[in-house]
Amino acid sequence: MSRQSTVQGRALWPNVPLAWLRRRVTACARGVVLGTLALAEAIVAVPAAVVAVLARLRVGWVLIRPAVLAARQLAGLTRRLADEWCGVPIAVPYLPLPAGTGSGEQATSRRRRKWLLDDPATQRDLLWLVVNPLVGAALAGGPAAAVVYGIFGLTLPHGSTQLAGVTPLPMFGIPLAVAGFWAAPWLLRGYGEFTRSLLAPTQQAELTRRVRHLAQTRTETIDAGAAEVRRIERDLHDGAQARLVAMGMTLDAAGQLIDTSPEAARALLNEARDSSVNALAELRSLIRGIHPPVLADRGLADAVRALALDNPLRVRVASELPGRPPAPVESAAYFTVSELLANVSKHASADQVWIDIRHDGGMLRIGVTDDGQGGANPDRGTGLHGIERRLAAFDGVLVLSSPPGGPTVVNMEIPCALSSPKTSSC
Amino acid sequence: MRVVIAEDLFLLRDGLTRMLEAHGLEVAAAVGNPDDFLAAVTAHKPDVAVVDVRMPPGYTDEGLRAALAARREVPGLPVLVLSQYVEQLYARELLADGSGGIGYLLKDRVFDSAQFVDAVRRVAAGGTAMDQEVIARLLTRNRGGHGAMAALSAREREVLALMAEGRSNAAIAARLVVSERAVAKHTASIFLKLGLQPSDDDNRRVRAVLAYLND
Repeated sequence: MSRQSTVQGRALWPNVPLAWLRRRVTACARGVVLGTLALAEAIVAVPAAVVAVLARLRVGWVLIRPAVLAARQLAGLTRRLADEWCGVPIAVPYLPLPAGTGSGEQATSRRRRKWLLDDPATQRDLLWLVVNPLVGAALAGGPAAAVVYGIFGLTLPHGSTQLAGVTPLPMFGIPLAVAGFWAAPWLLRGYGEFTRSLLAPTQQAELTRRVRHLAQTRTETIDAGAAEVRRIERDLHDGAQARLVAMGMTLDAAGQLIDTSPEAARALLNEARDSSVNALAELRSLIRGIHPPVLADRGLADAVRALALDNPLRVRVASELPGRPPAPVESAAYFTVSELLANVSKHASADQVWIDIRHDGGMLRIGVTDDGQGGANPDRGTGLHGIERRLAAFDGVLVLSSPPGGPTVVNMEIPCALSSPKTSSC
Repeated sequence: MRVVIAEDLFLLRDGLTRMLEAHGLEVAAAVGNPDDFLAAVTAHKPDVAVVDVRMPPGYTDEGLRAALAARREVPGLPVLVLSQYVEQLYARELLADGSGGIGYLLKDRVFDSAQFVDAVRRVAAGGTAMDQEVIARLLTRNRGGHGAMAALSAREREVLALMAEGRSNAAIAARLVVSERAVAKHTASIFLKLGLQPSDDDNRRVRAVLAYLND
């Protein structure tokens, strides 16, 4: 029994410490940087607090904008570091700049000041600026300070010198250093959580943002739906409907000619037949635009495969979908891929396209990569914005990476559940 | 020649029956759903089956699945699949077993009854009849430098496209305004370049078409 545990201990010993040590050393180092940064923030915190107090007294308006923006810069940096170093992602809480511009420079700058000052996140930023140099610095810099304190206790001749007014004792300093070193990752995490408690959106702000997003996407979805219905109505009216009217007239004329001039009647009948073929072709392309048959038959993966087969480029499709997403999501994803492929053919001068369709973590994830020239810019065309709007109705997002020279990578994610796979007869 | 028809819309089922009978074909059974279709082909062992893609209960691609299932139950059963739309994806699936006797046409093609019946007969004889729209969409693809197709000359690809529609060498020669011997030379060259051995001559045309669709 004991023998076994020694063997186990021996086996564990060379494996554990490297990663264990590295984690703690990294945490201490990051803590030093974050702690120093927190202390340095005091330089901004004091004038910012003064400006805030003055603003309440309706004095020093001119200083508000630079002070608030400086605080936001610092808060933004800290959010990023909390995410990258402490593993605590923090959402940005600020209200968007209100739409519509005031007339004249004066009105605009007043509006902007009001926007900055009325945002609850601004107050919380200021609170954070004041508290962080104390709490944040202690949490982040604590472990490193404990280690330094403990080591000083060892190296200094016993009882000869004082550090920070206290005489470090080895019997006290060593456990402190070890404890600080051991706890460093948790304290770093704690610093991240502390930062989140002040710099993340409050629940109310989060709900406000959500309601605004929903209202906006709902309006856009309704508008897009109405426009689509109008387009279909127009296409039917100008296309199939008009052809059927013409066909009726041609058939009538043929009926009148059939006794007197059978040859002419035959020609008219042929014309009517061609007209019906064209009407069918128009209906087919209209249906493809509304809801492609393969999508209805087989679902997203096969519909994208069919799209790939019809595309002049070499398109490879890989998919891993154990079931089918809800029909509206499937349709939105299909038309998004279709539009992206059209964009690639038009602008990218690519030879190959890779499409990857997966579902994991409650998300439908689709990647479209091409080996073209890159440099796609969502601000130059309306195409990508249209796609983003389409996805926004499902809380979906799209990320574009297109450096000059390529490759262009578009990744999109739509939260959705999959239905159980359809049982097939073959 | 005996035919089984599977089409869920009564008007079209009736129209197809009358048209085929008018051209001297015997309609052994005309049914409206996949189960009846499978029962009819096993009972009647027809020379060819004409199947609509969209059928009950789901009104998606039940007809296509039924056609493939029927070919498993009655090996070599020639099947002509009709649809309101055509997809290369489905054309590939139909041809995948490489044994021929497969047609895949838009429903519009029944407007020209002579040509349609001709296609039915070709399929019954073990040939292929791919819709022009499938072929046209294949031609829009850029086939510059990949796959075995890259080795074919422009004329050979033209011949192969017509072969996929199910045309005989004589019909291809008439369409391209060349001699039948020239077409035979092109087809031999196509088979050679696609690595299709002369020993399986019966299926070489089908397999060449399959290679074409799969490129």
